[in-house]
Amino acid sequence: MTDTDPTGSADRSVPTDSLGNPITVPDSDDILVVSAADGSRWELVCGLEVHAELATRTKMFSGAPNRFGDEPNTNIDPVTLGLPGTLPVVNERAVELAATFGCAVGATVQRSVFSRKNYFYPDMPKDFQISQYDQPIVIDGTLELPSGHVVGIERAHLEEDTGKSTHVGGDGRIHGADHSLVDYNRAGVPLLEIVSRPHVRSAEQARAYVSELRSILVACGISDGKMEEGSMRVDANVSVRPEGSDEIRTRCEIKNVNSLRSLGRAIEYEATRQADLHASGDRVVQETRHWNEADGRTSTMRSKEEADDYRYFPEPDLVPIDLGAERVAAIAATLPLLPAARRARLAEVTGEARTAESVVVVVERGQDDQALAALAWTTHLASESEGGPHAGEPDVAGRFMAEVVEPLAIAVAPAPKPNAPSPDSSAPAESSADPSAASAASVARWVLTDEGLAAAREASDAAKARVLVHVTQNLGAEGGADLSPLRLAELVAMEVAGELTATQAKQVLAELVDDPAATAGSVATAKGFEAMDTGALEAQVDAIIAANPSEWEQFRTGDPKVRGKLTGFFVGQVMKATKGQADGKQVTALLQSKAT
Amino acid sequence: MTGPSPSSPSSPSPAGTAREIARSVRSGERSAVDVLDGYVAAIEARETEIHAFNELTLDQARTVAADIDRRVAVGEDPGPLAGVPIALKDNLCTRGVVTTCSSKILEGWIPPYDATVVQRLVAAGSVAVGKTNLDEFAMGSSTENSAFGPTRNPHDTSRVPGGSSGGSAAAVAAGFAPVSLGSDTGGSIRQPAALCGVVGVKPTYGLVSRYGLIAFASSLDQIGPFATTVADAAVVLEAIAGHDPADATSIPQDAPSIVEHLDDGIAGLRVGVITELMGEGIHPDVAARVREAAEALAAAGAVVEEVSVPAVAYGLSAYYLIAPAEASSNLARFDGVRYGLRVDAATTNEMMVATRTAGFGAEVKRRIMLGTYALSAGYYDAFYGQAQKVRTLIARDFATAYERFDVLLSPTSPTTAFELGAIHDPLTMYLNDICTIPTNLAGDPAMSVPFGTGSDGLPIGVQVLAPTLGEVPMFRAAAVLEAAAPTEEVDR
Repeated sequence: MTDTDPTGSADRSVPTDSLGNPITVPDSDDILVVSAADGSRWELVCGLEVHAELATRTKMFSGAPNRFGDEPNTNIDPVTLGLPGTLPVVNERAVELAATFGCAVGATVQRSVFSRKNYFYPDMPKDFQISQYDQPIVIDGTLELPSGHVVGIERAHLEEDTGKSTHVGGDGRIHGADHSLVDYNRAGVPLLEIVSRPHVRSAEQARAYVSELRSILVACGISDGKMEEGSMRVDANVSVRPEGSDEIRTRCEIKNVNSLRSLGRAIEYEATRQADLHASGDRVVQETRHWNEADGRTSTMRSKEEADDYRYFPEPDLVPIDLGAERVAAIAATLPLLPAARRARLAEVTGEARTAESVVVVVERGQDDQALAALAWTTHLASESEGGPHAGEPDVAGRFMAEVVEPLAIAVAPAPKPNAPSPDSSAPAESSADPSAASAASVARWVLTDEGLAAAREASDAAKARVLVHVTQNLGAEGGADLSPLRLAELVAMEVAGELTATQAKQVLAELVDDPAATAGSVATAKGFEAMDTGALEAQVDAIIAANPSEWEQFRTGDPKVRGKLTGFFVGQVMKATKGQADGKQVTALLQSKAT
Repeated sequence: MTGPSPSSPSSPSPAGTAREIARSVRSGERSAVDVLDGYVAAIEARETEIHAFNELTLDQARTVAADIDRRVAVGEDPGPLAGVPIALKDNLCTRGVVTTCSSKILEGWIPPYDATVVQRLVAAGSVAVGKTNLDEFAMGSSTENSAFGPTRNPHDTSRVPGGSSGGSAAAVAAGFAPVSLGSDTGGSIRQPAALCGVVGVKPTYGLVSRYGLIAFASSLDQIGPFATTVADAAVVLEAIAGHDPADATSIPQDAPSIVEHLDDGIAGLRVGVITELMGEGIHPDVAARVREAAEALAAAGAVVEEVSVPAVAYGLSAYYLIAPAEASSNLARFDGVRYGLRVDAATTNEMMVATRTAGFGAEVKRRIMLGTYALSAGYYDAFYGQAQKVRTLIARDFATAYERFDVLLSPTSPTTAFELGAIHDPLTMYLNDICTIPTNLAGDPAMSVPFGTGSDGLPIGVQVLAPTLGEVPMFRAAAVLEAAAPTEEVDR
């Protein structure tokens, strides 16, 4: 709860945030404007509160395990249950993770104080929540979205989660239930509540903000960011104002938004609802509203007027936390490369725009190191093979190995050759382990080196395009993220060399993910994929044209729309005839050249 | 004046002091079981009359005592409190033993864990004999606010033993145990110690872990010992003090060595008698004994002067905002959901209201209301915020006094023990703690030492106050007072 002003000023002409600073709303070229029933136009002003469960081993104030999905009421201890006489002790790791977040968003990490937020609820064991109130650990940061729009972060504070109630009988909500069951496994799980400034101007920005925040939390090991498991929960503070004005109007807090898709829908619905109220002269009441996914509407949960007085006061069982400048600096120094910088790096290496979808998606999924490493390997493989871009520089491969790979102790044992016997199962585990897996940990380190990046930069445009396509489209984050860059590079090298078509490559890739022992070469051989040379392909295309003269005539003379439609037909026919081995792009190019 | 009860407290204890017991048990001269039997006889003789205990644990005590004897027999050392019976205030959690805070809301509740002090007492070889009565949730100065009936003063059973740790004070005064533990939020160890004629110590805030002490006011609560002698109090304090990682407010250092300094004397010790606590509201008998005590210290080589600590005058007002505010939050958890009393009702909310209405006594409800009000939006600054400023002032005034003095002296309680039912008005009752409350607000240590009686023949206690972690000089001064105390026998 951050909508109460701790400074206690009741009457204020200038709207202020929870720390008493004036509220400002930035302009953007992407502002959601909704039309009310009377046609008046209203623009969105939105701030987001994200609760992230911290990736600690134990709870915020006790040694009970912080683990999701266990049997109810097993991850508990006397402190979790708030038994009489128990006392909280701050989890130091949680404090470090909060400070890490502060550093990651360029915020101030300050001396902080825990307070008690008092209200009665059965899933809150002590009937108060320990949270930070007027002295949060993190204040005043910023987060740049992939689009370049900057969202201010007002504060981030540490607190404990509540337990989880299950209402039995009735419609599953508390009213009308026969009885309720409480699981205290979640009670006391450390939360970081991250409060943005009202700098979110569209539903798309809201989604991008949450997505970017999640990338940062995951990259820094702060949270696992799983919205579906509730380890990241989003509330939206929504208000609207006349288009072009600089007012701050009454806001509503929308809860129960469980996915990025719901977030966008809920904001759009709520903005329209408020616009209609304003337009008809009604009052928007400051309240908490519940998003109902099924009807796509929000409804009143509780209004500000009937809200509890939380009677915040400093938690007397805890002392203030002050990490000190030195420790904060040490934490800042260990930050990994953050998503914005990684997008810049991937964009620079591949020649794509920072805002390109492929760049954004690859970084969001955390697979940019994999992509960059694969590119570096393709350069290396190309220079090894005859006719590669570095054929005339025989020392490049050696230099790469000597200066980059070996010093970083990257396992470079070659993947099994297509006809090599399968690994000896009686051999020691270390040598039988997937050598590329051993290298995976080192990959992140060597792609950060100038040499590694230089090698990636030198990859051919075709290789760059194929790697991005594979990572974004053909290689899911699930399982695919573990595919070693070397194996991906070998596949791309075969593709670029014309040994595999795009369609074939996709099939080979699926095999590589399923079978850690397979290589692109071994799979291609096993599947009987052979390079279809241009002559053979052209003969096949000619045969199809001959067999479909009327379609060909339409193709030749038709407008682009007709031609586009028939391209699909001809490519399909060629694919059918070649059992999917033809390269669709190549077929299209042949059709175009024959038509003119 | 002699009280209506002809009985007198069994003093000295049937088996001597705790130090003597531990020495003789460790050396094998006496068995812990025999020691225990002596105390059990005393309990059986007078407990019905005194009602010091909510729960006796004599069967477990016998098992523990027998185990201590077995360990001594095989050459082990059970620890510095080997075989010493001890009574525990019933707001200290004891694994497997009912812990109630003398409240209906916790009636029958059995904690699954031991308070840190209980663990340490067990490790030191002591033998817990039972859980002692208190004012409900330690809120009171007479032990009349117990849901299970009042405790009576062993010196005169028509009188209160003081409170809130009245059961622990009475248990030691009646010879039911040589030592006991209480808790002190605004004087709840020192005031009953004074009224029962025993030694009672409120240590520096953070010296003794609060883990397992059911909280009244977290920033003021501190556990401490009762004993018949200053040395026994020191031995128990040494056993329970020292850093505990389970209490974030615990001072990160080892327990102090006090016993070895008890005989150091007080030559040159600078003693200040607090002017503000010697005037209005203090019974002349009490003030006279404090002056005698000051003279005794001077005679032993101390430099004694009067000193003004102006802000102590505001102690009571600040305390009755801060303590109830914290209590209103600390006592929220007694909601009928997880443990203790539950009064069923149609909805969860109504169940909570019905449970708390039935479970809490009048004084507890009064303080929850006071504290809730003090923390409410719009009133916070005027009440809780202002009280915290006063608290800072009090700490500052004490710190200024301690620049010139090593220890301070005052009465512990303004009067001797009063009759049961004599005080109805809560505000008059609150005045009982006027001398003890300022120390809790400052976080400093203080102790009460018996020093003669009043004209009514009832015990009077003198309070020795010291700066933060000034336990050693405080105990040295207390030892001198103990030796110099007027010798006329109480109640004879």
